[in-house]
Amino acid sequence: MPVFDYAPAPENRDIARVKQYYQPFIGGGFVDGDGEPLKTLNPATGEVLAEVSTVASSDVDSAVHAARRSFERVWSPMPGAERAKYIFRIARLVQERARELAVLESLDNGKPIRESRDADIPTAAAHFFYHAGWADKLEYAGLGASPQPVGVAGQVIPWNFPLLMLAWKIAPALATGNTVVLKPAETTPLTALVFAEICQQADLPPGVVNIVPGAGDVGEMLVTHPGVDKVAFTGSTEVGKLIQRQLAGTRTRLTLELGGKAANIVFDDAPVDQAIEGIVNGIFFNQGHVCCAGSRLLVQESITDEVLAKLRSRVETLRIGDPLDKNTDIGAINSAEQLAKIRELVASGEEEGAQRWTSPCPVPEKGFFFAPTVFSGVESSMRIAREEIFGPVLSVQTFRTPDEAVTKANTTPYGLSAGVWTEKGSRILWLTSKLRAGVVWANTFNRFDPAAPFGGYKESGFGREGGRPGLAAYLKGADDGEV
Amino acid sequence: MAKSERVGVAKTYKLYIGGKFPRSESGRSYQVTSEGGAFLANAAQASRKDLRDAVVAARSAFGAWSGATAYNRGQVLYRVAEVMEGRRDQFIAEVRDADGVRPRSAESLVDTAIDRWVWYAGWTDKLAAVLGGTNPVAGPYFSFTVPEPTGVVGVLAPQRSSLLGLVSVLAPVVATGCTAVVVSSAARPLPAITLAEVLATSDVPGGVVNLLTGHAAELGPWLASHADVNALDLTGADAEHRTELARSAADTVKRVLRIPEQEPDWTASPGLGRLRAYLEDKTVWHPMGV
Amino acid sequence: MSVALTERLDDATRDASSLRRFLDGLPGVDQVGLEQRAATLATRSIKQDAKRWAIDTAISMVDLTTLEGADTRGAVRSLCAKAVRPDPQRPDTPHVAAVCVYPDLAATAVEALAGTGVAVASVATAFPSGRSNRAVKLADTALAVDSGATEVDMVIDRGAFLEGRYGDVFDEIVAVKAACAAAQDTVHLKVILETGELATYDNVRKASWLALLAGGDVIKTSTGKVSPAATLPVAHVMLQAVRDFHEATGELRGVKVAGGIRTTKDAIRYLVAVNEVAGEWWLTPSLFRFGASSLLNDLLLQRRAKQDGHYSGANYVPE
Repeated sequence: MPVFDYAPAPENRDIARVKQYYQPFIGGGFVDGDGEPLKTLNPATGEVLAEVSTVASSDVDSAVHAARRSFERVWSPMPGAERAKYIFRIARLVQERARELAVLESLDNGKPIRESRDADIPTAAAHFFYHAGWADKLEYAGLGASPQPVGVAGQVIPWNFPLLMLAWKIAPALATGNTVVLKPAETTPLTALVFAEICQQADLPPGVVNIVPGAGDVGEMLVTHPGVDKVAFTGSTEVGKLIQRQLAGTRTRLTLELGGKAANIVFDDAPVDQAIEGIVNGIFFNQGHVCCAGSRLLVQESITDEVLAKLRSRVETLRIGDPLDKNTDIGAINSAEQLAKIRELVASGEEEGAQRWTSPCPVPEKGFFFAPTVFSGVESSMRIAREEIFGPVLSVQTFRTPDEAVTKANTTPYGLSAGVWTEKGSRILWLTSKLRAGVVWANTFNRFDPAAPFGGYKESGFGREGGRPGLAAYLKGADDGEV
Repeated sequence: MAKSERVGVAKTYKLYIGGKFPRSESGRSYQVTSEGGAFLANAAQASRKDLRDAVVAARSAFGAWSGATAYNRGQVLYRVAEVMEGRRDQFIAEVRDADGVRPRSAESLVDTAIDRWVWYAGWTDKLAAVLGGTNPVAGPYFSFTVPEPTGVVGVLAPQRSSLLGLVSVLAPVVATGCTAVVVSSAARPLPAITLAEVLATSDVPGGVVNLLTGHAAELGPWLASHADVNALDLTGADAEHRTELARSAADTVKRVLRIPEQEPDWTASPGLGRLRAYLEDKTVWHPMGV
Repeated sequence: MSVALTERLDDATRDASSLRRFLDGLPGVDQVGLEQRAATLATRSIKQDAKRWAIDTAISMVDLTTLEGADTRGAVRSLCAKAVRPDPQRPDTPHVAAVCVYPDLAATAVEALAGTGVAVASVATAFPSGRSNRAVKLADTALAVDSGATEVDMVIDRGAFLEGRYGDVFDEIVAVKAACAAAQDTVHLKVILETGELATYDNVRKASWLALLAGGDVIKTSTGKVSPAATLPVAHVMLQAVRDFHEATGELRGVKVAGGIRTTKDAIRYLVAVNEVAGEWWLTPSLFRFGASSLLNDLLLQRRAKQDGHYSGANYVPE
């Protein structure tokens, strides 16, 4: 029988219009920063994609200054209805340049084009579209009669969903009348800088959005800058704690969206084929570089063998490879550093006695790749059950009763998300009330929408992004917690 | 023979932990005097071990209290107001001594404190409607968001306003379904213990509120660094300690309430701020299909 | 598949109530998740040489069908000629799997196809509605097999299924199977579920297992007379059933999708689903069929386009 082979169906990389050199965006213009330029890599090949000028402390000053000036003179005095139109324009421009942004995102981040094309970019546009509509309706948001913007927002975002995280941060900030200085992740700065171009095309007043590329030191300069009124950070719990410490005792407002170690709980009456899809989507979506990934699978004991067998045969069909290939399910790990971290944790899982199974799928030799891996026989005490791996690695544990499932799911310092698979409605509602997590997906996983608030309990952070609660982070009023 | 004056029965003021009134495990106590300097009582001086026990009690009470119906919580809070009303004169006398205010003013503070319980009692079953809702997501899913209590809240109660201030920071915690570990005003602790007696006799389950008398400066660091505490109100901490406490709260990503630098006017209408601070938004998704 | 299912399978066919217990105990299907998975798979693109192979494979899987009241012996004969040599100018084109007709025309098809390797399939059991009594349905079946049809496409009693009389549906399949076997040993029984009338994917799964347990060699989506006919998500559910049945019993059973599949692109999407859901094993005419009439011509046009390097036109492929 001839092999039924999928063709490489690569997107044309020219669509991304990659430039050799990118500059920070400050006060409405692209300017060279005084920081050490960085080289951003294509993680699928390890080759340099572009050089990016980064900012130094003086540049952060001028960005915050530009943001302050436009906040006071232009953006916050502007009627909400006018602000809204700028944000709608941005939404449209993101849609118009969606294909370019998707290819560029996949080149810079390593994520499959299917995901950047079908999830990241359209959802980013949706965030601007959704929040634009709020700009002139804030007094109806239930946050007080006349909620006021906070001022200058300093925002730091991660590399896993570069443009989408930018949209989650910038869209609500602008809609509520704040101005922004945003630092994209060191390894994925490019779509943010194309977004800066979009701000120009939208004729957004200079200084309303400023993009300052750089590494962690730039992030620290930004979040501790005395001219910043509000800090929004998405990233690791470790860095989140550091920022919370640094801002302790100041009047700077803070929201944090941090790590997770989500339990995905499968009961014996679950719609098994869809549960398998949900498990796969939960942990292998975006190479597992997802803070809300369903990285701990909790399966009811009576169906463990069946679920594991089906899971393995399904995972074997996942195609790992060129992120630009439309048939690729799993792309490249974002950086050599992240790959090393995944390998280290996987090695610890083997050392601690869990049974490792790795998909026999072919893995490209060049670039940073890691084949999908499932650990069974995982004990709660093992590192792979407790630490966020942020890679395509699933840890499987079992349970016997609903109470045991809840206890195992909640026994973690994290509390970002959880999944439940069962046909029984009353059990779903019972579980969703018991699970200490900010998002609970029942019979589905990894769904996101600008209208649905997202954020964590416990050490997964505080504050929400999306929906009405997401606006609260950027407004002050009678009810903003300033009691 | 001259008729002898009856000798009053003086009250021993103790801690309130897990629904019981123990002395401090440390055996320590300290003298409490009125604003004028007259001896009022010896109060128990809570230790870090008392605080630890209080957190354990609050955590174990959290499941049932957060799981109770909002209607039930509302009734319990209203019951607190009812029982306080019955001991109104006692509270007026204690507030007068503690806060050093005129009787008329003490009366008004006590009445406002009682009314505050009534106000919060009415919120318990409206929060989800006001703060939550359904999310019109772009896909075949039903998605909704509900506010849920964040867990155990550590409260350093106001140092100046012994009763109204205390009720204003405590009632919103329990109204949301959270449980509380409260360190009372150090110099004015007696109304707090009387309030504890009210709580103990008004259907508030043991452990939902735990009241410690003692020093915020001594207990605050243990409260702020305790990994099983989810949120903190540092109102009763000195300005110079607040930063340090907030810093140690960061080690477990506690929610630290935004508070004004000075103790505010507690008679002002409270708003939703404190309720919102102790609530987490939980978003739930489910597909819609046949 | 777990040992547990194998055990449950043994028990399932003991009597009507154990059959009902088994079918009701099957895991549910989540509509949204299923349709998303089907839509994602539909975006796979396949290699050029694999596409050539896929087109030839699809041609060899076609049950070339005519099921009209106006069918004549002449029309059936010309359909048979097309089945044997679909593109006479390109003799390397494979023949189709079978010609599918009404029972009264089965004899005509048998005569026209003798020795060609193309099978004769006949619908039976009061196709398409199935609304008659058991005796009539068995007589209908006997007419087909006595005329020499080697494949019988029966319909299940959807009314009985929707009423929950699973035992009756089961017994009828068993009886039809026996009627086939009485005539010849090798008759292939395809059981049409008419998924468009079953309303839910849960029912499609139940009906699939019911038909497999009753001895159906192939489970088939539709008669082609009811809309919706075959869809990708329905095919997913049925492919999952034959896959799981194989894992539980070791027996290989087939799937036939029928109705509404008109283009090469559609056909390839089904082949991708077969490959990913059931597995490579099923990419063979004995285990997967397309019931279609106009699909064949599009496959031939695309086949020519691949060979010639330019697009072909309808006028260049015989009707």
